[in-house]
Amino acid sequence: MSKCVCVIAEYRGGNFRRVTHEVASEGRRIADALGVPLQAVAVGSGVAEKAAELGRYGVEKVFVADDPALEGYIAETHTPIVADLVQKCDPAVVIMPASVDGKDLGARLSARLLAGLVQDSTEIVVENGKIKAKKPIYAGKCYCWNEWADGEMPLISCRPNVMGCLAPDESKSAQVDKVEVTLPEARSSVKSLELDTSGRVGLSGAETIVSGGRGLKEAGNFSLLEDLAQVLDAAVGASRAAVDSGWRPHADQVGQTGKVVNPNLYIAVGISGAIQHLAGMGSSKYIVAVNKDADAPIFTKADYGIVEDLFQFMPVFVEELKKYKSSCS
Amino acid sequence: MNIVVILKQTPDTESVIRIAGDGKSVVTDGFKWVINPYDEFAVEAALKIKEKHGGKVTILSYGPQRVVEAVRTALAMGADDAVFIDEEHLESCGRIKVAQAVAAAIKEMSPDLVFCGSRAVDMDMAQRGPMVAEFLGWPHLALATSIECDGKTVSIQRSLEGGKVTQESTLPVLVTFGGSHAVWNPRYASLPGIMKAKKKPLQNKKLADLGLDAAEFTPEKAKVRVVSLELPPERKPGKIIDGGLDTEGKARELVRLLHEEAKVI
Repeated sequence: MSKCVCVIAEYRGGNFRRVTHEVASEGRRIADALGVPLQAVAVGSGVAEKAAELGRYGVEKVFVADDPALEGYIAETHTPIVADLVQKCDPAVVIMPASVDGKDLGARLSARLLAGLVQDSTEIVVENGKIKAKKPIYAGKCYCWNEWADGEMPLISCRPNVMGCLAPDESKSAQVDKVEVTLPEARSSVKSLELDTSGRVGLSGAETIVSGGRGLKEAGNFSLLEDLAQVLDAAVGASRAAVDSGWRPHADQVGQTGKVVNPNLYIAVGISGAIQHLAGMGSSKYIVAVNKDADAPIFTKADYGIVEDLFQFMPVFVEELKKYKSSCS
Repeated sequence: MNIVVILKQTPDTESVIRIAGDGKSVVTDGFKWVINPYDEFAVEAALKIKEKHGGKVTILSYGPQRVVEAVRTALAMGADDAVFIDEEHLESCGRIKVAQAVAAAIKEMSPDLVFCGSRAVDMDMAQRGPMVAEFLGWPHLALATSIECDGKTVSIQRSLEGGKVTQESTLPVLVTFGGSHAVWNPRYASLPGIMKAKKKPLQNKKLADLGLDAAEFTPEKAKVRVVSLELPPERKPGKIIDGGLDTEGKARELVRLLHEEAKVI
């Protein structure tokens, strides 16, 4: 049998994260194009019980390392264990999530396995049996297609929410091969893991984002955006100017030195549209801009522009949306 | 406490990106080159720890001569000295080679801490720090948005999708920095700082000085190669909703378009 495609699963809090299903689906597509099997590697506490589920997304066999000490991700511990499992797969290609932990693990694996890594890929193609991977550079101002030298094993992390997910086939399950774990001696550890239980929608992966900039004038005025976000079930973002002013936490920053987002709808309120911000949201499907300055660069990117004072427009817009929503229900 | 900060020079984030004639690289004319913002956060964090615990902050960088300007800027911020891997084409040899050269330079210095940005704002590969840690055989803590060091251990906080993690390690350890300007508020180089920086020691090293075989560091050794660059599709010019409507009319029209045309609500 020829070499396989290997998928590295991400498991947290008792479940595979959605991005794992996306990566498995992409792996299935690549494996079919190469005519090879699809295998996976899964590491975590309690992951053995769930591993067979990956079969629903086309994985044939899963190598599993299950140990309570693998509960939280720590690079020093996870890297050698994942690397050993990957080598058991003997893959032609390895793909994994470009999540926060995934990118970190990918970089360490690249050094350990001496495998060339492309992070945060948005598209993978197979041409004449060879892999090419596309990734955004300069925060999406440009895209870069990469290939691998002959005989090199591609290692690719995939941007979440970009590659599609197969409809799960509940009738299928993967063969699970539980591997004896030897925990490496580690000097680093996870002290605490606090998951946000507020139910607030996070920026990465949000379908709709309402974002505010300098035009909001002060922190308290973000309540205008919170109101809108509540109606639309949206996440709230901010420009660098708003974050630098201390109006919003840094985790909300959209742009080249913040998060790169790609929602269906991005509503930019009081944001002029500095190039570093445009880079971070330019791939949104639809962009709405509200700004009183008709010459603001944001209007060159916006599908729909409103040239109005935001303090006048936003409350009215929220009311109109509420009316629309109640007419739907 | 001796801290090494790995630093890369990148174009300023306001830079406009154009593709060069070869289709594989970007036009660098007119770029304003700066310290990679995330590396600048690392410099700031290193200086704060030095102020508390004493010791020395060493800047470590590599690449063409233009990078020396970024190194001098970091010295002007308050770093003590610098090592520059004077190999113009190092980055074209691939990221694994860069990390190996950087790790070799760090081994010679045997610091307590190594800091660097979690990613660079150019290629955004987010791999340098963890790769260097792997080649050093050290643990690393990634994406710090705060850091505390008591001289024996380091603990950091970082965000995760929908949560926050606190991680800890004994020294020596490599830490990568996330967050934003608002979190780290990197200091500006003062005028006296700039004057002093000119006299601070900057050692140039070739690969051979680091005990590395230069024949292993060629572009042919790069495992990943750029095939082509492409610009994102131009967005079609949008429409300004006006038509002589009042505020309420515009709001109603926007709701209608989002529903009927864009179908996003």
